[in-house]
Amino acid sequence: MTENDHVEHSKQSIWSKYIFSFDHKMIAKQYLLLGISMLILGGLLAMLIRWQLGYPDEPLPIIGLSDQYMETGEVDGVVDEMWDGWFEDETENWLTMTIPGGVIGPEFYNSLFTMHATIMIFFAIMPILVGCFGNFLIPLMIGAKDMAFPFLNMLSFWVAFIGSIVMLWGFFVPGGHAAAGWTGYPPLSSSVEFSGVDWGQNLWIISLMIMGISSMMGAVNYITTIVNMRAKGMTFFRMPLTVWSLFIVAILLLLAIPVLASALSMLLFDRIWGTSFFNASGGGDPILWQHLFWFFGHPEVYVLILPGMGIASDLLSTFARKPIFGYKAMVYAMISIAVLGFIVWGHHMFQSGMNPALGMTFMFSTMAIAVPSAIKTFNWLGTLKGANIKFTVPMLNTLAFVSMFVIGGLSGIFMASTPVDIFIHDTYYIVAHIHYVVFGGSMFALFGGIYYWFPKMFGRGMNMTLGKIHFWMTLIFFNATFFPMHILGIGGHMRRIANPMQYEFLQDMQWINEFITVSAFMLGLAQIIFFFNFFYSMYKGKKSVDNPWEANTLEWVAATPPPHGNFPTPPIVYGGPYEYGVPDREEDWLSQVTKR
Amino acid sequence: MLDWLPENISTYGMKIDFLFYLIYYITNIIFLLVAGFMIFFMIKYRYKEGRKSEYTHGNNKLELIWTSATTIGVLIIALVSAPAWKEIKIDLPEPDIIVQVTAEQFNWRMLYPGPDNVFGTADDLEIENELNVPVDKVIHIKLLSDDVIHSFFIPNLRLKQDAVPGREIIVWFEAMKTGRYEIPCAELCGFGHSGMLGLLYVHSSEDYEAWVNENWPES
Ligand code: HEM
Ligand SMILES: [Cu+2]
Ligand SMILES: [Cu+2]
Repeated sequence: MTENDHVEHSKQSIWSKYIFSFDHKMIAKQYLLLGISMLILGGLLAMLIRWQLGYPDEPLPIIGLSDQYMETGEVDGVVDEMWDGWFEDETENWLTMTIPGGVIGPEFYNSLFTMHATIMIFFAIMPILVGCFGNFLIPLMIGAKDMAFPFLNMLSFWVAFIGSIVMLWGFFVPGGHAAAGWTGYPPLSSSVEFSGVDWGQNLWIISLMIMGISSMMGAVNYITTIVNMRAKGMTFFRMPLTVWSLFIVAILLLLAIPVLASALSMLLFDRIWGTSFFNASGGGDPILWQHLFWFFGHPEVYVLILPGMGIASDLLSTFARKPIFGYKAMVYAMISIAVLGFIVWGHHMFQSGMNPALGMTFMFSTMAIAVPSAIKTFNWLGTLKGANIKFTVPMLNTLAFVSMFVIGGLSGIFMASTPVDIFIHDTYYIVAHIHYVVFGGSMFALFGGIYYWFPKMFGRGMNMTLGKIHFWMTLIFFNATFFPMHILGIGGHMRRIANPMQYEFLQDMQWINEFITVSAFMLGLAQIIFFFNFFYSMYKGKKSVDNPWEANTLEWVAATPPPHGNFPTPPIVYGGPYEYGVPDREEDWLSQVTKR
Repeated sequence: MLDWLPENISTYGMKIDFLFYLIYYITNIIFLLVAGFMIFFMIKYRYKEGRKSEYTHGNNKLELIWTSATTIGVLIIALVSAPAWKEIKIDLPEPDIIVQVTAEQFNWRMLYPGPDNVFGTADDLEIENELNVPVDKVIHIKLLSDDVIHSFFIPNLRLKQDAVPGREIIVWFEAMKTGRYEIPCAELCGFGHSGMLGLLYVHSSEDYEAWVNENWPES
C-alpha cells in the first residue's frame, strides 16, 4: 500500500495533483478557493442590496444612468449613451432585462437577497468552514494519513463544484434567478404564475440537491475518519474541539440533509409535474414545507456556527497560553446543542399559522437551547481568566467571535419569547440576529482560522499588519452595519422589502438605512485588504516554520506544508490538546506527541 | 433604544412591550457583565514575557452554577411570556365585530358581513386595503389568502399573522386609540411585496356608526 502510494506520488500529473487530487489537503484548498470566490460574489450582491435600501430606486453609481438623464432625459456621458441606445433599439440583453437604466427595482432585488443568503450559507461559509477546515484539519489533527475515503472526498468537492455552476447558471436564465428568499416558501416558490421566476427557481432547487449530495459524501467521510483513523493514544476526549465540532456537524448534516432533499424534491415535483404537496387547492399544505425546511434549517444554522465554536476554542486556548476551561463541558454543550437543535425548528414558524399551542412548546425548547450556548460563552471567559494572552491577529478575530456571538445569542432570546416575536418576526431584528451569529460568529472564526492555519496550508504566513487593519475595520464597520438593524427592527421595518420609503412609518428611519449602506460599503472595502493579503501571501508571504504559534495539536507536528501522507511515521499521542502553561516546564506549551 | 417602537394602540400591546423591555434589561445586564469581565481579563492578563498562565482545566462547581443560573433565567423568561402568548393567539375573546381579510398579490381585501352579519350574502361589503373598525371593541379578523403566503402586520397593534392559502386563521385585537395606521405585508409575496400596504382606520363609536350608515348596503 505505502509502496504503491510512493510510485503514484512520483509520477503525479498536474491533473491528479491539482485537479482530481485525492489528497485531503489539496481538496481543502480547492474548497477554500471555491468558498472565497463565492464569498466575493455574495459580498458584491450584498453591496447591491444595500445600494437599493440606502437609495431606493436610484440608478447604481458608475453603471447606472446619470442624475441629469433621470431628471431631464438628456444624455450625459458614455453610460447614459449606452443605456439610451439600448432603450432606443429596445435591445434585450442581460442588463436591460435585470437592471434597466442601472436601477435595481423590486424583481431583481428579490433575487439579490435570495441569492446573497443562498450563496453565503451554502457556497461560502459551508465550503470554507466545513469543506476546507474539515478536510484540512481532521486528518492532521487526529494524526491520520488522509481521509478514510480519499476518492469519495475528491468526488464530494467536484459535485459541489457542479452544484455551484448550476447555481450560478440561474442568474442568466429568462425570468431571472430564484426570488423567493433562501427559505423558498411555497406557493411563491412553487408556482411560476405567482413569482414570474421560471428556471431560476428550478436551478436553485437542483443545485441545492447537488450540494446536499456533496455534503452527505463529506459527512460520511468525516465521521468514518474520526471514528476509525485516530492515531494511537488519540482518545475521543483528547481530540481538539475543532475536530469535535466538525464531528458533530457531520452528524447533523447526515440527519438533516435528507429532510431538505425530500422537501426540495417535492417542491420540484410541484413545479414541474404539477403535484400538490404544497398546494392547498390540490389538497397539499404550504406549511408542510416550512416544517420540513426548518427541520433541516435550524440544525443547518448550527452547522454554520459549530465549526466556529470549535475553532474559537482552539485559538483561544492557544493564545491565552492556558488550557481551555471546562473541556468536557464544551463537548457536552456541543452535543446538547446538536440534540436540542432538532426540536426547536418551530421557532421560525411562530406566526406561520401553525397551532399556537405548539408555538408554546417550541418557545420552551428554544429557551433551553440558549443554555448550552451560554455555557460555552462562560467557559471561554473562564479560559481568559488567569491567562497570558497574546493578541495576535487570529486571537483578535477569536475574541471578536466570542463577543459578537454573545450579542447574537442574546438577541435570540427576544425572538424566542413568542409574544415579542409577534412584533419582530420578519423584521430587520431577525436580519440583525442572523448577521451577529453568522457574520459576527462564523465569519470572524473563519478569518481567525485562516490567519491561524494559513502557514500550515501554504508554508507561508499572512501579513499581520494588513491583518490588523483588516480586523479593526471589519469589527468597526460590521457593528456600524448590523447593530442599527436592531433599531430598524424595533421600528417595525420589515425584511425583504425593496423600498422602505413606500411606508409612512418607516420614512423617519431612512437615514439609518443610509448610514447602514455607507457602513456596509466600508465593510466591503475592508475585505479587499483580506483578499489581497490572502493571495499575496500565498506566493510572497514570509516562509513559516513548522510550529509558528507554539501550539500543541498534531497538525503542527507535521512538516510545513505537510507532504502527501502527512506524518513520516504515525504519531503517538500522550496527552490532551490544551496543555499550555504546565507548571515546572520551561516552555509554556506541551505538544500532544511529547512523552510525559 | 426601545423608544423606536411605534406607538402602541392595542390592549395587549402593552404586554408585548413589557416583555420586550424586561428581556431588554435582562440581556443588557448579561451583556455588560460578559463584556466587562472579558475586557477586564484582556487587560489584566495580557501577555507578559516569562509569566505563565494559571494551570487549570476548569471548575465543576462553576459549571454547575452557571448552567443552573441560565436555565432558571430562560425558564423564567419563558414562563412570563407564556400568558401573553396565550391571551393573544390562543384564547381569543368573544368578538364584537368580525371582518374577513383576504390577502392577494398585492392587496388586502377587507370584507364586511353587512347588516345581516353573515358572510357570503348579497349585502356584504368589500373594500380594498381599507379596514374600518370602532375603538374599544373586540375585532376578529378572519385571515385568508388567495395565492401565496402574506403576513398581516399592524405595527401599532403589535399584531402579526401569516395569511396562508387553504387556511382560515382568526386573530383578534382591540384598539384603544382612534386614528389612521398602516397595514404592511410582512412576508415576502412576490415582486409587489414591497409596497403592499393597507390602512387601518380606528373610528370613535359615533364615527364608526356614521361610516356604517354611509357605506354599508341597505338590508
Ligand atoms: C442562543 C441561541 C439562539 C436563539 C434563542 C435563537 C433564536 C432564533 C429564533 C427564535 C429565530 C426565528 C425568529 C423569527 O423568524 O421570528 C431565529 C432565527 C435565525 N437564527 Fe437564531 N437563535 C439562536 C442562535 C443562533 C445561531 C447560533 C445561529 C447561527 C449561526 C442562528 C441563526 C439564525 C438564522 C440564520 C435565523 C433566521 C432564519 C431566517 O428566517 O432567514 N441563531 N433564531
Ligand atoms: Cu432556528
Ligand atoms: Cu408580502
